[in-house]
Amino acid sequence: MTQTNNPLPPERLLQLDDVNVHFPMREGLVKAVNGVSYHINRGEVLGIVGESGSGKSVTARSIMRLQPKQALDAGGSIRFRRKSGEEVLISSEDRQSRTMRDLRGNEIGMIFQEPMTALSPVHTIGTQIMRTVMLHRNVSKADARARAIELLTKVQMPRPNDIVDRYPHHLSGGMRQRAMIALALACDPTLLIADEPTTALDVTTEAQILHLLKSLQQELGMAIVFITHNFGVVADIADRVAVMYLGRVVETGTVDEIFYEPKHPYTQALLRSIPKLGGQKARRLKTISGTVPDPFNVPPGCSFHPRCMRAVGGICNVTTPPEVRFPNGQISRCHFAEEFRSEAAE
Amino acid sequence: MLSLIVNRILWAIPTLIFVSFISFVIIQLPPGDYVTAYVAQLRHSGEYITELQEAAMRQEFGLNDPLLVQYWRWISAIVMHGDFGRSLEWNMDVKDMIWDRLGLTLAISTLSMIFTWIIAIPIGVYSATRQYSFFDYIFTVFGFIGKGIPEFMLALILMWLGYAYFNMDVGGLFSRQYETAPWSWGKFVDLLEHLWVPIVVLAFGSTAGLIRVMRANMLDELGKPYVETAYAQGFTERTVVWRYPVRIALNPFISTVGWALPALFSGDIIAAVVLNLPTTGPLLLKALQMQDMYLAGSFILILSVFTVIGTVLSDILLAVSDPRIRMA
Ligand SMILES: Nc1ncnc2c1ncn2[C@@H]1O[C@H](COP(=O)(O)OP(=O)(O)O)[C@@H](O)[C@H]1O
Ligand code: SF4
Ligand SMILES: [Mg+2]
Repeated sequence: MTQTNNPLPPERLLQLDDVNVHFPMREGLVKAVNGVSYHINRGEVLGIVGESGSGKSVTARSIMRLQPKQALDAGGSIRFRRKSGEEVLISSEDRQSRTMRDLRGNEIGMIFQEPMTALSPVHTIGTQIMRTVMLHRNVSKADARARAIELLTKVQMPRPNDIVDRYPHHLSGGMRQRAMIALALACDPTLLIADEPTTALDVTTEAQILHLLKSLQQELGMAIVFITHNFGVVADIADRVAVMYLGRVVETGTVDEIFYEPKHPYTQALLRSIPKLGGQKARRLKTISGTVPDPFNVPPGCSFHPRCMRAVGGICNVTTPPEVRFPNGQISRCHFAEEFRSEAAE
Repeated sequence: MLSLIVNRILWAIPTLIFVSFISFVIIQLPPGDYVTAYVAQLRHSGEYITELQEAAMRQEFGLNDPLLVQYWRWISAIVMHGDFGRSLEWNMDVKDMIWDRLGLTLAISTLSMIFTWIIAIPIGVYSATRQYSFFDYIFTVFGFIGKGIPEFMLALILMWLGYAYFNMDVGGLFSRQYETAPWSWGKFVDLLEHLWVPIVVLAFGSTAGLIRVMRANMLDELGKPYVETAYAQGFTERTVVWRYPVRIALNPFISTVGWALPALFSGDIIAAVVLNLPTTGPLLLKALQMQDMYLAGSFILILSVFTVIGTVLSDILLAVSDPRIRMA
């Protein structure tokens, strides 16, 4: 919280501090995002992992200032460094402010989960990309079209000269997601938010899209916030990982730290539920016991305690755990985080 | 695209032949024919007609020929010479009776449709983008009232208001001195002065309906992911709303544009009778009552032809507007 007033470190592209987003519902207040903090540096890939309903998408939309209309901003700050080097306090911008419209599609690109419905069904792929290019750049129609074809080539779309005049319904799911990526990259954003971009795809296509995103990231040097509920995918693409549970980031660290020295029981449980390549095939996956509590009755104390194997009565169900920071930069929100230090190495 | 247009037009031809035949058959369906009705009328007014005279009349009008022969005589005269036959009741050529009325009907229905769209679409879009706002509620209430008030009642209210407070003669489409006069500038201006009442009456109910449908369609579309994608490109709200979801929400209307004409053609009968409009509806009603077969048949034929043409037009418009349709 104290950081909010300090300027961002120079390498920092985006920083969220204690972001809260609530939904007033008839059944009660849903704290969909309940004090989320994470940051991402230029050119870095941050994986956001968590079960469905943990607030990953709502947080991501807050960065774009495109939360659902009924969402309440309940505090916190979101800061972004523009291409010009200038810092913007996104969290105090209006949904439709000039600055936000300047950032969207230009400095921050976004791709979504549903390639089937995320593109306009009544405009060609080319038209959709050209409109974004022409909105943010002062270029002619012909130049915008050339740019669209260039982008389609960049995302390894087959026959880009032909596809540019096609409608989304002519394309397969994988091709649509490529078109979506081309659209998001239209103006060379410094930040790409990818909200479960491969969840709706089959495994082969998923691998291709992941590979594409990784190579584009290396080529263009943009930063990516990569949201997924699949830990396996994170290992492939991310530099650092933030694990979310019920509207909070419960653990942050580098990929290696998270995978080899997880310091939060929820992360550990998620990791145990990934199928291991080369492991015994017959053994059934361990899943996390219990289900995600409904958002109207978030458990008191550590919200993970009803499902946690390590939970200690009188502590976990009473006090909200603080952020425990480790020297290597890893952060865990667990009362017993320190104790996992040694055993993690096993 | 071109092949789709040609395809739709080719398909329309057998449909047209079929509906023309059906129009003719429908006219023949009721027991008795024109002569029966005519004789009954004469007898009612005290004249006496013998069976023989009756049979002679049938012979003269060709009413004894087989159905197909009568149909062929009827349709070929229409197609070759634009001759729709004679109205037995009015003793006039049908073609001299209908084109004026058709023109007026076309004008009124087109104007009221344009009027409806211009008012209803922006309101529907507004209501959907500002769901549950004050004006959304106002328009919703208006929608229920608009649906609830029958057209003839609205016509009567407007006529009474016009007559009682503005000293206007709002019945009909022309003032008395122009009614039978040939077309002139004065007559045209006079027409415009009268035209607003039927247009408001006819547009009122459909505007209310269209607002509600447009609002529902828009709410559907606004929740779709491609709208969020459009926002994520940095477009203003207005650009996003009008360029993407509105276009798609309009498709159901485009696909029914073609029906608007025949609906007004026949559906406005009550309002037209109340307003004393020289449109086609009241005349069709009278022709059906009298079993004035050439007149009624011509009307029903033209009505069906308009429906078929309208449907083809709608299909083509829809294909232009929605690329997904072009696949088929
Ligand atoms: N439009 C909305 N209205 C009400 N509640 C919402 C809305 N969108 C999200 N939520 C709530 O926010 C929580 C987090 O949602 P989300 O960010 O979509 O989760 P994730 O992306 O991690 O699966 C959900 O539990 C849901 O109840
Ligand atoms: S605080 Fe307690 S309940 Fe929460 S994760 Fe740690 S051990 Fe489990
Ligand atoms: Mg989500």
